Amino acid sequence: MSWLSLLFGPDGWGGLLLEGAVVTILLAVITAPFGFAGGLAVAVLKLAAPRPVRALCEAYTTFFRGIPDLLSLFIVYFGLQALIDRIAAALAPGVHLQLDAFAAGVVALSIIVSAYSSEVWIAALGAVPRGQREAARSLGLSPRDTFVLVVLPQTLRIALPGLGNIWMTLLKDTSLISTLAAMDLLRAASEASRNTTRPLLFYGAAGAVYLAISIVSGIAQAALERRFDGGHS
Amino acid sequence: MLATLSAWLAGILDIDLLRTYGWRLIEGLKVTLQIVAISCGLGFLLAYPICRARMSKHAALATGARCYIAFFRGTPLLCQLYLVYYGAGEIRAALTSVGLWALFREAYFCCLLTFTLNTAAYQAEIMRGAIASVAKGQIEAATALGLGRYRIARHIIWPQALLVALRPLGNELIGVIKASALAAIVTMLDLMGQTRFVFARTFDFSVYLYAAVMYLILTEAIRRLWGRLERSLGRHLRPRI
Repeated sequence: MSWLSLLFGPDGWGGLLLEGAVVTILLAVITAPFGFAGGLAVAVLKLAAPRPVRALCEAYTTFFRGIPDLLSLFIVYFGLQALIDRIAAALAPGVHLQLDAFAAGVVALSIIVSAYSSEVWIAALGAVPRGQREAARSLGLSPRDTFVLVVLPQTLRIALPGLGNIWMTLLKDTSLISTLAAMDLLRAASEASRNTTRPLLFYGAAGAVYLAISIVSGIAQAALERRFDGGHS
Repeated sequence: MLATLSAWLAGILDIDLLRTYGWRLIEGLKVTLQIVAISCGLGFLLAYPICRARMSKHAALATGARCYIAFFRGTPLLCQLYLVYYGAGEIRAALTSVGLWALFREAYFCCLLTFTLNTAAYQAEIMRGAIASVAKGQIEAATALGLGRYRIARHIIWPQALLVALRPLGNELIGVIKASALAAIVTMLDLMGQTRFVFARTFDFSVYLYAAVMYLILTEAIRRLWGRLERSLGRHLRPRI
């Protein structure tokens, strides 16, 4: 069969790849808000919390930034599964609950992205001039309003390039869940190439789709940065 | 308090496991170190021509380098690894006829090739940024003094550019260590592969934690070593007090 009909023909594998691409994009889009918000929370804790909490946050980021993302995924996946088994055994003996690979992927990738992005947030929070905070406080804004209305918007502008880099990493890291049982883009390509013995075609096609998503992300990121720049440059 | 803590730790971490399978993890670590050292070293050598091509005035050369970099940075490493490892099987006849099949048959070679090509793309971008960071006036001044192209590169550009590149290159090294765990998925028995092997035998979750500690020690050691290297090489830049 020609490569065109293998991809786009009536019995082609294009549909499966497309579904896989949707799973990949969904995984990244669902994970990103959790990961970025988690990273911001960790950053604030590292800067302002009492010493033991700070040390805990430090240990958390060092751990997940220092080990392979694949290993993080396995630790979360098998760790959560063990936890579920234990809870199930206590509450309803004999019931077996299988952890969904997609859900485990969201949790694991959120944890990884939080660890990575906390460093970006810390640098960005530190780059907002002190006077901004002092001025807001002396105008009578509450600490909460000072943070939300004055500090955070400026932090976001500075953090945006760094967060964009992490988004790109996340996009590529989603492919790791293909090693569990989730049918993402890469897994779809594996399935197709196993059935047709045309790995070059299907992994090449998957690569092209990843590349397209990366390029679109890059354009969107540039537009966002312009939008948040607000006359700074 | 301490007793409960150690009891809890003993509950998760199984020391007997380490006694039985510890040597496997050490063997795996050796393979990981080998893969990382070879692919990072070759990647560094390959990165320079790619970087020069990317900065070249030749439109075709620059576009080629740009596409290379975009592909290797824009797609997942796992996808690239599958492309090489399974893709080689598809063109087996062609590879056999040029005598390369013996190489591509080996997962080890496919990993080295993929990781080298991948890290070369990242390192080329690091080098490009570092070279661009050297002030233009320096090169103009050197040219005005009559220095040749080689001497300008050797004595003016490289000493300054390498210092700028040092930190991102260190991060890339750590990145390759972490990425090398993917070798386990194409049957390699690196640290991750041995870990998966032990888990498949024992279903003991703690082996993943032991592997994590080993990776962590490795990456932290390099991070600290790199910090020290940076401080000592860049000491002439620090203001004297």
